[in-house]
Amino acid sequence: MTEARWELYSHPSDIGVRGLGPTREEAFAQAALALTSVITDLGKVQPREAVDIECKEEDDELLFVCWLSSLLYEMDTRRMLFSRFEIEAIEGGIKARAWGEPVEVARHEPAVEVKAATYADLKAERQSNGIWLAQCIVDV
Amino acid sequence: MFTEKLQKHGEAQWVIEPFGKMRVPIIIFADEGLIRDMDEQVYQQAANVAALPGIVKASYAMPDAHWGYGFPIGGVGAFDPDDGGIISAGGVGFDISCGVRSLHTGLTFDQIKGNEKELADVLARRIPAGVGSEGKLRVTSLEMDDMLQAGALWAVEQGYGQRSDLRRIEENGRMLGAEPRYVSDHAKQRQEKEVGTLGSGNHYLEVQRVAAVYSDELAKAFGIALNDIMVMIHCGSRGLGHQIATDYLAKMIKTAREEGIELADKDLACAPIRSEVGKQYYGAMCAGINCALANRQVLTHLTREAFAQIFTRANLTLLYDVSHNTCKVEEHEIDGRKKKLHVHRKGATRAFGPGHPSLPEDLQATGQPVLIGGTMGTASFILAGTAEGMTLSFGSCCHGAGRAMSRSQATKRWHGKDVIMHLAQKGIIIKGASPRGIAEEAPGAYKDVTAVVDATETAGLARKVARLEPLICVKG
Repeated sequence: MTEARWELYSHPSDIGVRGLGPTREEAFAQAALALTSVITDLGKVQPREAVDIECKEEDDELLFVCWLSSLLYEMDTRRMLFSRFEIEAIEGGIKARAWGEPVEVARHEPAVEVKAATYADLKAERQSNGIWLAQCIVDV
Repeated sequence: MFTEKLQKHGEAQWVIEPFGKMRVPIIIFADEGLIRDMDEQVYQQAANVAALPGIVKASYAMPDAHWGYGFPIGGVGAFDPDDGGIISAGGVGFDISCGVRSLHTGLTFDQIKGNEKELADVLARRIPAGVGSEGKLRVTSLEMDDMLQAGALWAVEQGYGQRSDLRRIEENGRMLGAEPRYVSDHAKQRQEKEVGTLGSGNHYLEVQRVAAVYSDELAKAFGIALNDIMVMIHCGSRGLGHQIATDYLAKMIKTAREEGIELADKDLACAPIRSEVGKQYYGAMCAGINCALANRQVLTHLTREAFAQIFTRANLTLLYDVSHNTCKVEEHEIDGRKKKLHVHRKGATRAFGPGHPSLPEDLQATGQPVLIGGTMGTASFILAGTAEGMTLSFGSCCHGAGRAMSRSQATKRWHGKDVIMHLAQKGIIIKGASPRGIAEEAPGAYKDVTAVVDATETAGLARKVARLEPLICVKG
């Protein structure tokens, strides 16, 4: 079963986000869900407003970090949280639409702010079982 | 692999002689207990740093060292530009100039007893903290560049605090060499609404009581007495710093490749100090430092207002402001010669000794105050830099307790509400928006800061002056 899913995984100081899926884009979208879940319960975030993001990088790993970094930039400047992602491959990268809503502290109870995506434990590859994996540690 | 190569060099100093790609030894400052619990990854990361071009003397790990990104957290590495030395965005970290500021209040515990809850409420209302919080200032792009050039001096000129605050901040509150033009628009946009905000995670504002004094002489010189009420603010350069690091790590990965620098770890992304990217990063990083210094200056002003609302006798003056994620150009003596080195301190605090020209007149005799933040439930410490430390570790020491377990392990073990209740029973008031965030920061999730500070003193890096216990903790 090549079901798309996300995971958070342990790291001594911070936390790892991981996305799995049948395609690179699905894995990236799942990892973005993992990213939101570091901050709040995904179920609490309504996908009301859309933000467009485009990333181009020379390889899949750097592209993944660019994807998460772009999301973090949008989250910070717009004061939003995102819970739905649609990503498509374009020449040299990806084009995405992220849906979410402005942060409401009382409702979302954000646990922590994510400072950045790091290159620690970075992977963005199709595994031997055919499933795409995208992960890295995020600095909180 | 590494632990068997450890050689004990003193009561709290261990060395791993260079092997493989290492150009210099690894020197770890820790006692037996801390070494026993030391993360294996620390040695690997310190070894990776030891392999970077132009590194001088050693790759250091402080007593609170733990697994970081590229550099270990609690890592120090100095590089010589004349020897192809590099500057690394990973050696500074994402939260550029994250640091601690300690303030006297002019009040004693007896003078605030009974008003703690009111003070906690006022501070929680007045100090913007946590995800989505916004500062009271809006800094437009024109003003942003001024802030990035002038740091805490800019904040004072805007009416936040007084000039006398500045000499008690590293660099007198203004890091020279800042180049706002090398800071991206993205970084500046992130900061527009974040000036004067606390952040979240392990950032906090704490009201503390001086619970113990270890050196009467140093405490007196620092103006600290038993039962004094003090305030510690721990935060950094906010969104701007994080973005600068993100931007330059990406650039430096490519530069390192172009320059033929082998990166054991992408988070060690670096560029030769004298390269274009190296110079641009240095200029941007200095701007990031100024951003953090301005931020803590504005927060100081807000704290002063909060205290003034309740205590007419309050007079908040700055003891000192230290930063623990920086790369500073400093003169150090190497083999009898003075050399200008780029000293990276990643989760490590500058701890200059007595007589250092960077220190203000009234701290010349004592050495630099070093502020070590503990956890919400334990204690924080004030130390003083030593002359010995200058040669032992380029005048560097630990920065805090270091985590003992992951965030997920902490949330499995504790519930935020229980942590708050348990600490309330100890007389500590916690103010934070998220129970999960508080559980992640539970005191038990951190190493024993007392052991870290004791090892720091045993190693000769700094001397203990006072121990402070929390009364109120405001978190994002």
